[in-house]
Amino acid sequence: MPLGPSVRHCLAPEVDMFGKLTWAAIPFDEPLPLISGIVVIIIVLAILATIVIKGWVPYLWREWITSVDHKRIGVMYIVLGLVMLLRGYIDAIMMRTQQAVAIGNAQGYLPPSHYDQIFSAHGTIMIFFVAMPLIIGLMNFAVPLQLGVRDVAFPVLNSVSFWLTAAGALLINLSLVIGVFSRATWWGYPPLSELAFSPDEGVDYYLWSLQISGIGTLLTGVNFVTTILKLRAPGMTYMRMPVFCWTSLATSLLIVAAFPVLTATFVMLLLDRYLGMHFFTNDAGGNQMMYVNLFWAWGHPEVYILILPAFGIFSEVVAAFSGKGLFSYRSMVWATLGICILSFMVWLHHFFTMGAGANVNAVFGIMSSIIAVPTGVKVFNWLFTMFRGQIVYRTPMLFAVGFIATFVIGGLTGVLLAVPPVDFVVHNSVFLVAHFHNVIIGGVVFGVLAGINYWFPKAFGFTLHEGLGHASFWCWLVGFWLAFGPLYALGLMGMTRRLEHIPDPTWLPLLLVAEAGAIVIFLGILCQIAQLYVSIRTREQRLDLTGDPWNGRTLEWSTTSPPPAYNFAVLPKVEAIDAFWHMKHTGQAPVRTAYEAIEMPRNSPAGFITAFFAVIMGFSLIWQIWWLAVVGFVAAAIVVLIAAWSIDREHEISASEIAQMERAGVG
Amino acid sequence: MTVVAIDRTATAVPTELAHGRGGGGPASKRIVVAYGFWIFILSDIIMFAALFAAYAVLRGNTAGGPIGAELFNLRNVFIETMCLLFSSYTCGLGALSAERRQPGRFLIFAAFTFVLGAAFLFIEAREFAHMVAIGAGPSRSGFLSAFFTLVGMHGFHVTSGLVALIYLTAQILVQSLQAAVLRRLLCWSLFWHALDIVWVGVFTLVYLMPV
Amino acid sequence: MGYCRRVLALIAAAALGGCSQGVLDPQGPIASAQRLLLFDSTAIMLVVVIPVIIATLAFAWWYRSSNTHATRSLEESYEGRVEFVVWSIPALTVILLGGVIWIGSHQLDPRAPIAENSDPLRVDVVSLDWKWLFIYPDQGIAAVNQLVIPAGTPIQFRLTSATVMNSFFVPQLGSQIYTMGGMTTHLNLLADNPGEYPGFSANFSGDGFSWMRFVARSLPAGDFNTWVGQVRGSGSELDDAGYAALAKPSKDVPPATYGSVVPKLFERILDQTAAGPGSAHAAGAQRPPLPGAGG
Repeated sequence: MPLGPSVRHCLAPEVDMFGKLTWAAIPFDEPLPLISGIVVIIIVLAILATIVIKGWVPYLWREWITSVDHKRIGVMYIVLGLVMLLRGYIDAIMMRTQQAVAIGNAQGYLPPSHYDQIFSAHGTIMIFFVAMPLIIGLMNFAVPLQLGVRDVAFPVLNSVSFWLTAAGALLINLSLVIGVFSRATWWGYPPLSELAFSPDEGVDYYLWSLQISGIGTLLTGVNFVTTILKLRAPGMTYMRMPVFCWTSLATSLLIVAAFPVLTATFVMLLLDRYLGMHFFTNDAGGNQMMYVNLFWAWGHPEVYILILPAFGIFSEVVAAFSGKGLFSYRSMVWATLGICILSFMVWLHHFFTMGAGANVNAVFGIMSSIIAVPTGVKVFNWLFTMFRGQIVYRTPMLFAVGFIATFVIGGLTGVLLAVPPVDFVVHNSVFLVAHFHNVIIGGVVFGVLAGINYWFPKAFGFTLHEGLGHASFWCWLVGFWLAFGPLYALGLMGMTRRLEHIPDPTWLPLLLVAEAGAIVIFLGILCQIAQLYVSIRTREQRLDLTGDPWNGRTLEWSTTSPPPAYNFAVLPKVEAIDAFWHMKHTGQAPVRTAYEAIEMPRNSPAGFITAFFAVIMGFSLIWQIWWLAVVGFVAAAIVVLIAAWSIDREHEISASEIAQMERAGVG
Repeated sequence: MTVVAIDRTATAVPTELAHGRGGGGPASKRIVVAYGFWIFILSDIIMFAALFAAYAVLRGNTAGGPIGAELFNLRNVFIETMCLLFSSYTCGLGALSAERRQPGRFLIFAAFTFVLGAAFLFIEAREFAHMVAIGAGPSRSGFLSAFFTLVGMHGFHVTSGLVALIYLTAQILVQSLQAAVLRRLLCWSLFWHALDIVWVGVFTLVYLMPV
Repeated sequence: MGYCRRVLALIAAAALGGCSQGVLDPQGPIASAQRLLLFDSTAIMLVVVIPVIIATLAFAWWYRSSNTHATRSLEESYEGRVEFVVWSIPALTVILLGGVIWIGSHQLDPRAPIAENSDPLRVDVVSLDWKWLFIYPDQGIAAVNQLVIPAGTPIQFRLTSATVMNSFFVPQLGSQIYTMGGMTTHLNLLADNPGEYPGFSANFSGDGFSWMRFVARSLPAGDFNTWVGQVRGSGSELDDAGYAALAKPSKDVPPATYGSVVPKLFERILDQTAAGPGSAHAAGAQRPPLPGAGG
């Protein structure tokens, strides 16, 4: 029987062994990507060579790569996020610089095709490979400890999630040196992202790297919903969970409910591009508005996925460093759940200007401003936690105060954007860009940096250098306002977003201020790198010997720093909120007798190997090397089936081993 | 105003009294695995929901090409639906046999489930092939893209389910019906029944309400 | 220090001087109403936000651990009255804003015609790669990258895209609206006074996006008619061949005019976009309208 045009599309006879991949994919004639690619390759090879020569491979394989320990996986997520932050930042400074010089007759140093890839990559990387890994990493590290349990519900799946995320990050970085990245923005709106207008492999890099990491993220969501709802220490009722666990639960529910929509949407766009279907094309009955709706039906919950854990971190930090319990725990919980549910009802505010009509726009505008209520409640509750507290200004608390002051302005501009007629004049301008960077940097980034400073001693046994932490805070705060404050003004002056060339020279002073701000942020990043370096070098002076460096309130501080693999030799019995604070103040002695053997999950290479084949499969699908894609898929499936065959996944730590470890205070 | 009785240090409740408000400690492995799998199935249903939404939007976009009423053979749809529904029944019987540690009976019901599922796929594949042959393939119009993707995605899940059934049956034969294997079987049957529910949605929206 | 002051003055001047030609310098009733909404909504929220920021900095400073004067109350973690106020303030603000949103959205609906004494002028807008085509269906002329309109007259826009999604935007006249292939969107604007106002695309559409700029030139009514007459008599015809040439990707296209236009060009572009790339003009073909914005 004759094959339909879809299938023929795929099996064109002229396709050869390497699909679309040719030597032309390497940018030999474009100095910028070529040189940056070479530099990155040299750095990566140098790191790999160091690891191999120093004999660290067995250690890394055993302790990190095949680890299914949530603490290790959390650290790896954060390392991934921080490394990708550097890449995303470089994209940002390149954009700022182009916009500072390409004015009037000057064309700048980036041709449009490069600039378009850079801003598309910047958004994609920052959301999917910086913000998501950082907050998921902190959730991974802290949630099981705070719940008083030994690990998440599905530890092997947890490892798979991390490595699939890393696989997606690798694919997106490959686009720097092999081929091109998408030029269709981080949204990928059709018809621009369809074959007719983006025939090259760029959009395919975007779609496949996000599909692969999206599976990882979805599995994380399933894992944490199950962990938080079904695995808590005895006595820890729902209303005794730390607020960070509530926000992690809300985030995980959002992931489970929203990411499948993105998966389905990208499946449809992939089918359009690979099999000539017509979901979103201009012709043959496609509907581009449907993509926009589906994308933002995922996209709005996504931003709450990012911010809720940050809110949770701040709840922990403000309480710990004010020496007071969080003000009105109950309304914090309800506000969190309210935000969770409301976040599904506002998606149209991302495209008021699509012409839906006054009633529809007004309803979504009202829903969007309603979300400001639970958010405002949270802000007030933090303030009242600080009120009459005893505030100690460690680095996390600095970030908390900076966050509150910065975030409320971002929230204000957000509610402004929720008024449809106002949105009609600022939509897609740099006013919008300033708003979302305001809430993402002021909220998510500050939250993650606070969380990293807060939990670092628990993870590694020594605190981070305080002075450099303060310095990095001030650089980020000042740098953020210098970089994005001018953008609010420029948006009102008529500057739209994603401009590769600036039409109006009177915008130059503000753009230069923005460039300066980006440089100050870079100083903040340098301070963080310095902080890490100095802290490791001088760690003996800042050892955390008690496990409780901040006089904390929640259960993670009851373990050693770092905790043993099994977290708690005996699961704690929880009798109140702020369980550890309660234990400290009722003089509860830790149980020393009657240790029982503990079953802990074995390490597993399944995550790493599956991700390896996922990269192969993704790369070959992007370049249409069909035979290799099949090989990758089949190999990944075989790995899964082999890993699934063994049902003896755990090893036992005997009671005497535990007793020995507890006596030695080792972790 | 009084201090509300949230369990702060001053008003703590002993652990033993905390049951019923989620204070019972970590759940058993069987519950954890089943719960996690339910959450995964919910996420899968949301993915189908997005495809249903796409179908609902695009069902009128026939671009001058064939419409549903011209293409669908309701008799075949009825037969394949019956196959899938009966396979759910035999799946249930198989699960019961497994719970009662009766591997022989389990194998028989698993075989029936497999055959019925395969019959469903065979009928569906034939329908797809016929439509492609007459020029009503997925690249003809938005409506057909949505049809093939929604129905095809369900078929892809059924196929994965059959592959998993073979794998699980092999595991039962080799490793016998121990607790860990039973947990997986429970998950698999949840998956199979969920596919049935999705199919009810599909044939109602697509075949019983054609454009 | 003097240098710093000069730089700050420059920045302030730029920030304030840039008040011209943007959203804060409306030249029509739609844009004026939108600026008013912007100010009003901001003011409503600042009533809450400014005290919150002050309180944040004040509490952060006053309750620092080294301050011996501060009262501490470390066991307090709930107070019902505070709770009530904490929920009420945002709720009341949002209720107020909700009213503003409902009324504002209806008053400033892009589809709503502007009531005015003069008859509206119809302009059809087509976004191409990477320029704007303006067709005057009643006058039978067209222009590229310049939109000439009579001051004081309501303009009724019908918009579409021949390629990818764009957004038609003249900040000083008011609302932007997306343009999408195979679909029609609607917009109503009015320029109060004669003047020249920058316009551009506000939705990224590819490599030539930065050059998708045009000038909206508002002329006194008499001058507008003169202009129409001038254009009609001169320049080329925008026929099928002319349109095919125009539709080829190009950027930084200088403003141009067409003395005559084939009838129903806008409708035919709609049909052609929906028929697909490479297909012949669906000359006046009747097809069922696609579901989309307006119609």
